[in-house]
Amino acid sequence: MKTMHGLLCALCCAAGTSAALAAAPEPITLGARLAASCAACHGFEGRSVQRTPVLAGVDRRAFLDALHGFRDGSREATVMHHLARGYSEAELAALADYYAALPAPAAPAQGK
Amino acid sequence: MTFDRRQWLKAGGALALAATLPACSPAARKGAPSARVVVIGAGWGGASAATYLRRWAPDVEVTVVERSDAFISCPQSNLVLSGGRTLESLTVPYGKWATKHGIRFVKGEAEGIDATRRLVTLAGGQTLPYDRLILSPGVDLNYDGIPGLKSPDSRADVLHAWKAGPQTVALRRQLEALPDGGVYVLTIPKAPYRCPPGPYERTSLVAAYFKRHKPRSKVIVLDGNPDIVSKKGLFLTAWKELYPGIIDYRANNALVDVDVAGRRVITEFETVSAGVINVVPPQHAGRIARIAGVVNAEDRWVRVNHLSYESTAVPGIHVIGDATTSTPAPKSGHVANQQGKVTAAAVADLLAGRTLHADPSISNTCYSFVSNEEAINVAAVYRVDSGGATLKLAEGSSGVSDARSALEAEFARAWAANIWTDMLG
Repeated sequence: MKTMHGLLCALCCAAGTSAALAAAPEPITLGARLAASCAACHGFEGRSVQRTPVLAGVDRRAFLDALHGFRDGSREATVMHHLARGYSEAELAALADYYAALPAPAAPAQGK
Repeated sequence: MTFDRRQWLKAGGALALAATLPACSPAARKGAPSARVVVIGAGWGGASAATYLRRWAPDVEVTVVERSDAFISCPQSNLVLSGGRTLESLTVPYGKWATKHGIRFVKGEAEGIDATRRLVTLAGGQTLPYDRLILSPGVDLNYDGIPGLKSPDSRADVLHAWKAGPQTVALRRQLEALPDGGVYVLTIPKAPYRCPPGPYERTSLVAAYFKRHKPRSKVIVLDGNPDIVSKKGLFLTAWKELYPGIIDYRANNALVDVDVAGRRVITEFETVSAGVINVVPPQHAGRIARIAGVVNAEDRWVRVNHLSYESTAVPGIHVIGDATTSTPAPKSGHVANQQGKVTAAAVADLLAGRTLHADPSISNTCYSFVSNEEAINVAAVYRVDSGGATLKLAEGSSGVSDARSALEAEFARAWAANIWTDMLG
């Protein structure tokens, strides 16, 4: 069975089917937890595939300015003026750090 | 019988098997994953939970049990009725997704759950051991209170189309076969039911189809509720401005029975004749929830702790999506997606011996099309209350669109593309 499993591993790795090479599980950061919620519309790790703004690689200050603008109504929105009010300042900061640390996708960000 | 690796090999063939095993993680190389999680149901909740659990706990083996080969989205399936989308455009096959994330995908039906021994039994008799079990049961439709729809024949005629798939296409065909001047009747059950604005979106989109192809036809809505349940003002404005004279909405008109042969709908107040009858029946937590013994709210739904979505009835079993009592959050695909992620994080934390996050939040963004070209939304953030016993609206975070628009339709289609990629990409 051990040999069989080794063979399977070899097969699997040769086929390049698993990218799960992490060591001991790392704690999930607050930013990652919150960003998982945003991912529904903005894509995993902020890589939107259509129309909704890409958040990966967005400058920290620009992210916070946008969210504060949504919150106080100075920035126009269709949903974000509601959703932005659901998060604390510490949570917005954690999200800003999370997205700023990610590489921006090669294609230019879509949307407004 | 427990499926071991050897039997998997026999069942699936070496390459197919290798593709579904999370066998390259260090834990797996040593011979065994750190823990086993079984997810039953790969809809909005289950698929999201499985995807994020593999991301957040790569050393955990995740097995998904699902009866279908492909996901079909209920959200935006009303557009099939109006010709605004095809069913194919709402369909995402599971194969590539499972391979990419190292998920063991088992096509089948779970028939038994032994919460003491932590074993799931499949219809074929195979067993799957688990350390934590995640159920995404969805809803079952309940025809017990509708005598005329007891038989399969009657239900092949009077459709629900409340689970996207063949019924969605069949309802479109019924509408196509209806002569100009014919009547379509939609009945809405008392809340709570899956997708609160869904019936009113359907009303709008059938009216859109009639306006263009059958201008003398009418939509009659018999609502078991005292009023339009969601986005009321926006729907009423759209109906008045886009479909004058087509929609006849009747509140407080609960269904009593259907005379299928006579093509009549009987409510508490009246009898209505129609060419096409579309009954959305009352709903309850999907059957697997009953099998697991987690149905403990009004004998219909599942009560959970919203910090982890663990059942309040049975330890080790997490339940997400429409089957749960998560008010004030609606029974929506978006909410199930969000609950799947909170659950994935909680299960990863529990298996690693970490403390649960004390203040998780979920959001809902729910678009409804009022025509093929324009949409509206309701959005909100929900946070845990009473230590996780319930959810509450985050103050000031809830609202609907100012007005219907083509921009929102564009965002709605982008929402679908993004959330399907998020959970199944």
